[in-house]
Amino acid sequence: MAVDATGAAAKQGKNGKGKRVRMAPKLAYRNLFHDKMSLTVTLIGIVFSVVLVAVQCGLFLGAQRSIARVIDQTNADIWIVPLGTKSFDDPSLLDGREKYAALAMPGVKSVEQINIGFSRWRKPNGGSTTVLLVGSNWITGGLRPWNIIEGSVDAITAPKGVAVDKSYFKDLGITALGDSAEINGMTVTVKAVSTGVRSFTTLPFVFTTLGRSQRMLGSKTKESAYTLVTLKPGADIEEVKQNIATRFADAEVLTTAEFRSRSINYWMFQTGAGAGLIAGAILGVIVGIVIVAQTLYASTKDHLNEFATLRALGASSGYIIQVILLQALVSAFIGYLLGISLSLLVVSAAKGTTLNVVMTPELALMLFGLTIGMCMLAAISAIFKVIRIDPASVFSR
Amino acid sequence: MSGTGNNRSPLLVARNIKKVFGSGDGEVEVLKGIDLDLRPGELTLLMGPSGSGKTTLLSILGCILGQTSGELEIAGHPTKGLSPDQLAKLRCEHVGFVFQSYNLFPTLTALENVMLTLDVQGGYVPDAEGIAAGALDAVGLSHRANAYPSKLSGGEKQRVAMARALAGSPSVMLADEPTAALDASNGQAVMALLAEVSKDPTRAVLAVTHDHRILKFADRIIKIDDGIIASDDNTHVEHGAPPVAGSAGSSAAAGNPL
Repeated sequence: MAVDATGAAAKQGKNGKGKRVRMAPKLAYRNLFHDKMSLTVTLIGIVFSVVLVAVQCGLFLGAQRSIARVIDQTNADIWIVPLGTKSFDDPSLLDGREKYAALAMPGVKSVEQINIGFSRWRKPNGGSTTVLLVGSNWITGGLRPWNIIEGSVDAITAPKGVAVDKSYFKDLGITALGDSAEINGMTVTVKAVSTGVRSFTTLPFVFTTLGRSQRMLGSKTKESAYTLVTLKPGADIEEVKQNIATRFADAEVLTTAEFRSRSINYWMFQTGAGAGLIAGAILGVIVGIVIVAQTLYASTKDHLNEFATLRALGASSGYIIQVILLQALVSAFIGYLLGISLSLLVVSAAKGTTLNVVMTPELALMLFGLTIGMCMLAAISAIFKVIRIDPASVFSR
Repeated sequence: MSGTGNNRSPLLVARNIKKVFGSGDGEVEVLKGIDLDLRPGELTLLMGPSGSGKTTLLSILGCILGQTSGELEIAGHPTKGLSPDQLAKLRCEHVGFVFQSYNLFPTLTALENVMLTLDVQGGYVPDAEGIAAGALDAVGLSHRANAYPSKLSGGEKQRVAMARALAGSPSVMLADEPTAALDASNGQAVMALLAEVSKDPTRAVLAVTHDHRILKFADRIIKIDDGIIASDDNTHVEHGAPPVAGSAGSSAAAGNPL
């Protein structure tokens, strides 16, 4: 009889070598897609969480970039800053001796100054606003205005020339290249217009030459907010830094990375601006974990009889855990794909607005890992439920 | 324990199995010392009134419920001291179950339900699909291999469940009320199949039942009452005849429908 032959075949099979039957992934997949409403709720939870974390982290990254935007545009290796400077846009003045002292140091290739200061911008049609005036001589290697879309950098050197970002036109009360206004009582003309050059504090940057900025800010000709040092190839940055630092008691000498980090830390953590973004990201993860855990648990409860049957059939705890984790993994994968797609749409929609949301490959990868981890964590409650199943319950149904 | 006239070595040996539920004033002794051997090539029916301990005994014999005391050996493997996962492995390798409610996986086809047993067993199985298809063929359901349980009749579901148990080539097959949810003709068909399965000289089959219509398929009938074996009869039982005439505790003889 064929019935006996079946058993023999199975026995023979178990002793031989061949392709392993893989039913756990199929069972996980089918269980997941069997209840489409439950799957939808799970995916909504994951997508919500991914988008929330992506936007919060994107804003965090965007904020970091905004804070360090000007620093990142320089080629300097070392920044000499007034003692106690908290961030790039926390200006006070160096007396100018630093420039010449640094130039005399071995290993130093060039030294430039950047002057910054808060100024009153008087709009052409009345009213005024505060701007952050940035002055530098880019012709000799200082900070060169970037992302210019109208006019030219060279035109800024013409009398009264300044550069502003297009996104600040409304704040500055101007409408086009060539419009004039006043800074601290001195007439300026917009000779260049940039795009995407926004400050973290939302105060408009106004770029001009070093000399003009000194006049507008009322500082002496040698004075500047920062002195930027560029090293010769092969020079020891720490050694040069130390040599300069020993010369000036009222200044701090920082590498570009250190000044960048100090500026970011000040705005993101000391002012509490970043704490809100971090709290939002954590909230997103918690909400994701709770929703996924709740739906996975409910799904597991719905299939409890099947898990008890699996246990009765001789499945190990590991096999059953594998089924649940695979369900979580599939949910995570689909949820991530939907979530990251939606996040990219948000990033795209935010372009050209005042909302600076950034998505990088590293952030996308981190979000993937976070989603997987979140779903695995969410599976724990379901796993606890399943490993406590009494297989004898299959006889009482 | 009773002898059965079958001289083959038993595949399942239970000695002085006791099971107590609860403690203190709420303590209930469900099994009071059961001795039982299941020999290959036999279909044994386990009968008894509700609450007599049939299902508890079946659960213990299938290693899914631990006994309070006593010893159990399946296919030469003692179960004493085994962890839950070791017991699961023993079940996986030597015990096949057929449940009253079929317990098929609704999201898997008939073929996949059978293949699941092979996957649970682990290891490398050449042509697992072929083995599963063979098991379905053996129960006459090869034409329903791709049907989901929701599209199968009760009798077909139970036959798939039997194919699932068979695919694992168990030494001991335990069936819990296999005909309870079936009509008369399907019940007869399932029992005929179970009887055929039991003819395998490497397999013993035990079925818990209340169904008198299937007594004719049994090689042996054990009656359990109040936690003890009331009778153990291995004589040929004619259809419709009282299974254990004159034996102690024979509720059937007293007109109890079991």
